[in-house]
Amino acid sequence: MAEPVVQVRGLKAAFGDRTVFENVTFDVKPGEVFVILGGSGCGKSTLLKHLIGLYEPAAGQALVLGQDIHALQGDARQALLRRIGVMWQSGALFGSQSLAENVMVPLEQHTDLPFEARALVARAKLGLVGLSDAAARLPAEISGGMAKRAGIARAMALDPPILFLDEPSAGLDPITSAGLDALIVQLARDLGTTFVVVTHELQSILAIGDRCIMLDKEAKGMIAEGDPRALRDHSDNPTVRAFFRREVMA
Amino acid sequence: MTLAITTEPPGLRLAFTGRLDAAAAAADWAEATRRARSGQALHLDLTGLETLDMTGAVLLLRLENLAGRAQWTVPPGPMQALLDRTRQALSGPRPPAGPPPLPWLAWFGQLAWNAGGAALDRLAFLGEAAVSALALLRHPRRLRLAEVLRHLDEAGLRAFPLCVLLGLLLGMILAFQSSVPMRRFGAESFIPNLVGISLLRELGPLMAAVILAGRTGSAFAAEIGTMTVNEEVDALRVMGIDPMAWLVLPRVLAALAVMPVLALLMDLAGLIGMGVVMGSLGYPPASVIAALERALVAKDLIGGLFKATVFGLAIGLIGCRAGLAAGRGPRAVGDAATSAVVGGIVAMVLLDGIFATLFYRLGL
Repeated sequence: MAEPVVQVRGLKAAFGDRTVFENVTFDVKPGEVFVILGGSGCGKSTLLKHLIGLYEPAAGQALVLGQDIHALQGDARQALLRRIGVMWQSGALFGSQSLAENVMVPLEQHTDLPFEARALVARAKLGLVGLSDAAARLPAEISGGMAKRAGIARAMALDPPILFLDEPSAGLDPITSAGLDALIVQLARDLGTTFVVVTHELQSILAIGDRCIMLDKEAKGMIAEGDPRALRDHSDNPTVRAFFRREVMA
Repeated sequence: MTLAITTEPPGLRLAFTGRLDAAAAAADWAEATRRARSGQALHLDLTGLETLDMTGAVLLLRLENLAGRAQWTVPPGPMQALLDRTRQALSGPRPPAGPPPLPWLAWFGQLAWNAGGAALDRLAFLGEAAVSALALLRHPRRLRLAEVLRHLDEAGLRAFPLCVLLGLLLGMILAFQSSVPMRRFGAESFIPNLVGISLLRELGPLMAAVILAGRTGSAFAAEIGTMTVNEEVDALRVMGIDPMAWLVLPRVLAALAVMPVLALLMDLAGLIGMGVVMGSLGYPPASVIAALERALVAKDLIGGLFKATVFGLAIGLIGCRAGLAAGRGPRAVGDAATSAVVGGIVAMVLLDGIFATLFYRLGL
């Protein structure tokens, strides 16, 4: 059986005295679309930032591609960061550069590819997310959905084996959101890329998720793990049931 | 990765082995594309490849494209799917071509047209500000006094230490620099006259205005620019609130009120700095004060403070206008702040030139 690409063991996140979550433990298998879900303020994005090395865990460990990013320094840390891609909630595209130039930034910084090659790779990545004809446009000239797709193209610039997506569907209309979901599933299938997706959009979770964990603000940790469809239909946990059925908790 | 290039009639055989990823593609890109451009038929043999990523696939498809056509040998597995996916991604529609460059005459015409439009915009802004100020006179309760006080604090009180420091240094530098040539003519005792008149009439207001433009004008532009980018200014308009009265007038009033104080502070600090240098040259404070009393008249101070007030008005208006005119995107706020500082300093120098001519003609 293939080694998990992400292994989280007893992870605790805290800011000063305030614990966001603790005892979070799960694995992400290669090639799957893994969803971190939960209500607002439960720590989904905080967990993602622990996985990509932006926040230090208060306790526990998070291994990505077999390495503890928090224990790595210098070149070793850079080498691991080159093997992960991140799409930010807002896209986080560089405003003064066109979409093609945005995708070329990691290629320029981390490879010795000549300009012709970088331009072609950027064109291929933008083509992959359906933005070929917008390559010359600036981030301020495109819609929110296009910015998210461009963010995915940039995250994929170095062909990382794992992509982390923070709220890819947030703020998008249902059609654009469904298009983005289809793109994630297609990329996971065609390129074998592993996706770790933070979202609270129910339809997206059910459309893309192979497996998921659910975080809860009250429980300060994980309250469910498994196939999202199975959790929706068979979970005993009232919070999980309320989440999937969009019910108001008593 | 290893790339072996061999002759295989009727053309070349390029056999790839190992990993074909970004690093391998970068290493072999120049040689492989050079051979592909030779016009010979290509046989791309991937049977020895263990791993292929999208960057590698881009290289292979580029080779095929350069050669016109290629014979492929692809091992069974996911590589063919990746090549097909990459081919499809590369065949998407190209970005539309931009407009053709303008002939030079049309380019100059457009430049003049844009400059004229910008000048009209500035005039319209001044008109709007004047109308809002007049409306405020009729309804003084509409003035956001708390906001005026906040800006008085930020533009004024917080700038005091900087003004004192720069004023002291300016006075000392002027005194030191003038002492050398004046000593040659035995006119060292006239240094207070020179420095006093320079500071009160020119340098005090000018340096205080540079501080206001750099600290406050840019802050006005950045704050209002951020509000413009975040559509807060549109929200004000839709709520029926005049952005001029809400955002611009409190800031302009604060800048107007604070500038004479800053200029006065700069004058005083400069005179003290000059006094320190005169002390080091052997002139006691009493003789320096007496020289200043003989040399300076009230109109020197009043003229300087009047100029400072006008500079404050100009810098406040220019900063706020730059913020309201901010475009979209993350660069807009930076551009607005730059425009406020540059515009403020240019306006200050122009106004100073006008005042110099005016005071000369009026014999002041």
